[in-house]
Amino acid sequence: MRSVRQSVVCRRGTGLASLWRYLLAGLGLAALLVGILAVVYLTAPRSAQPAGPDVSRTKKTDNGLYMASFVPERGVVRQGELESWLLTLKTKTGASVERAAIAISGGMPQHNHGLPTSPQVTDYLGEGRYRIEGLKFTMSGWWQLRFAISSGAGSDTVLFNVVL
Amino acid sequence: MKRLFCFLALMVAVILAGCGKPDFSDAEKKTIASLALSRLPPLKPDTTNRFADVPAAAALGSTLFFDLGMSRDGTVSCSTCHKIDRQFQDDLPQAVGVGHTNRRTMPLAGVARDPWFFWDGRRDSLWAQALTPLENPLEQAGNRAAYAHYIKARFGERYERIFGPLPDFSGMPLNASPLGTDAEKAAWNAMSGPQRDAINGVFANIGKAIAAFERSIEPAPTRFDRFALDLATGAEPKGDAVFTREEILGLKLFIGKANCVTCHDGPRFTDNSFHNTGVPPVADLPPDRGRIDAVHQVEADPFNCFGAYRDGDASACGELRFMVKDAPQLIRAYKTPSLRGAATRPPYMHAGQFSSLDEVVAHYAKAAPSVEGTSEVHPLELSDRERGALVAFLKTLSE
Ligand code: HEC
Ligand code: HEC
Repeated sequence: MRSVRQSVVCRRGTGLASLWRYLLAGLGLAALLVGILAVVYLTAPRSAQPAGPDVSRTKKTDNGLYMASFVPERGVVRQGELESWLLTLKTKTGASVERAAIAISGGMPQHNHGLPTSPQVTDYLGEGRYRIEGLKFTMSGWWQLRFAISSGAGSDTVLFNVVL
Repeated sequence: MKRLFCFLALMVAVILAGCGKPDFSDAEKKTIASLALSRLPPLKPDTTNRFADVPAAAALGSTLFFDLGMSRDGTVSCSTCHKIDRQFQDDLPQAVGVGHTNRRTMPLAGVARDPWFFWDGRRDSLWAQALTPLENPLEQAGNRAAYAHYIKARFGERYERIFGPLPDFSGMPLNASPLGTDAEKAAWNAMSGPQRDAINGVFANIGKAIAAFERSIEPAPTRFDRFALDLATGAEPKGDAVFTREEILGLKLFIGKANCVTCHDGPRFTDNSFHNTGVPPVADLPPDRGRIDAVHQVEADPFNCFGAYRDGDASACGELRFMVKDAPQLIRAYKTPSLRGAATRPPYMHAGQFSSLDEVVAHYAKAAPSVEGTSEVHPLELSDRERGALVAFLKTLSE
């Protein structure tokens, strides 16, 4: 679709036959239709994304034992950098979960590969908050992080989706 | 009536003229902007090497990089393989130093931004990397004791001005290394702990000087960057910043249907990670399993980030600390190379498996399974025109 520039020169009418006028008007209307269609086509949202995975940052664990929330410690996700995130665990009644053992796994479901790093829990910050260091999202796309959590309240799992 | 006609005709003209401009969705524009060189963040300091940004260290490093004396028989330097006028690589499928190696020489533009070095990432810093070819029997084939003596004899004063006094080498063997010949190993084992530490310290500083030099090797803007800049600012592209229809199609495929940008992302076109892409092994070369075999090598390297020769504190060691050690995805996984400048430096892949970009694109289209492990790439339906377009786009990263 390289430049097909049309130069249109409009001059004062020199008395065209009325038939010509109607013909031109018809052409004009046709052009208007084409124009409107083109505008609609050009401005329509291009790649209507299929509904993506659930990216909520707070979730009930799979068997409902805990409420888990998973957020980047610095607030924003930066692609390609080692980051730390906070996993906060509460019981059903809202009590902080302390001394939980947490195993982390994950990957990119659409690319056949796991995580490029092996993130670990490096600190317990109180009030059910665990610092997870060593996360790195090397590519844009759909990532999954799975947590296997076990504490006095029992063992459960939860999966978070992160889309970059 | 005639006014209306004029207006309509003008409108048609405007719409048709609009078709001449490349038309990208907002998501595409965002991706294209993320690939532009202007998005490359400034080089971060390397706290593990306190000489990384010391000009005198970089100057000594540059001397050493080009010095043939830095090899067993005085015939090989870093620049034998990393040629300054060839993007710091050598155009060979496998590098040749004192012997014939098993891998292709990697170009060095922007290398200081990487977390891992070599095709398999078996070193975790630029300075630790530089020590490896110096002692590799197929590359420079020297030994660390000999390098320390050589530095003292040739560059003693320059060295001491940067790093402080050289150790007393009296009573130390001329040739010794834990990695060398049997005689060199025996000599190394006969040395005292402090003697070995003294030699290792000088050896590490050689690496730190060379790394300081390598930090200055950065990628240059290309036609793609000029195009991306105009697209981002909405300016009318001029001169060579105008992309042909074929190049635009190639760019759209690269960031779209062909999925290249999932791994070749960011301003350097690499995610700095390791992937199995099903590149076949080369017959006659020793078995090569990529990243999976590099993990224990970097862990065992005395010059790694946890080792005694690192400057600064261990907070810089996140990559090593959180490294994936044992996962099937590491089998025959190799580092994603930058694609800047790739079009003008065939052959391609870790052992020069493909001799042209056409072959590379054909490889991705077919996505043959890996001989070992699982390839992450999936077959692509690409017409001949689309393949040609991908190659045309890759060329814009070299002009
Ligand atoms: C015999 C040729 C040869 C010599 C000499 C040589 N290199 Fe290399 N270089 C290579 C090859 C081959 C690779 C990839 C090797 C591998 O992956 O196993 C490489 C990889 C590298 C890398 C990693 C780049 C990346 O993106 O990970 C750096 C940095 C480097 N060399 C710097 C040097 C320096 C500094 C010297 C001198 C001290 C040197 N090389 C000497 C051939 C050579
Ligand atoms: C799954 C990640 C991934 C995807 C997707 C991917 N690449 Fe690669 N690419 C790599 C890796 C890893 C290598 C090095 C492989 C090796 O040496 O064995 C590579 C190598 C290359 C090379 C050779 C560069 C050199 O210096 O040797 C080119 C060119 C290339 N890719 C282009 C493309 C194009 C074009 C696409 C899209 C059709 C694409 N890549 C998709 C990861 C990927």
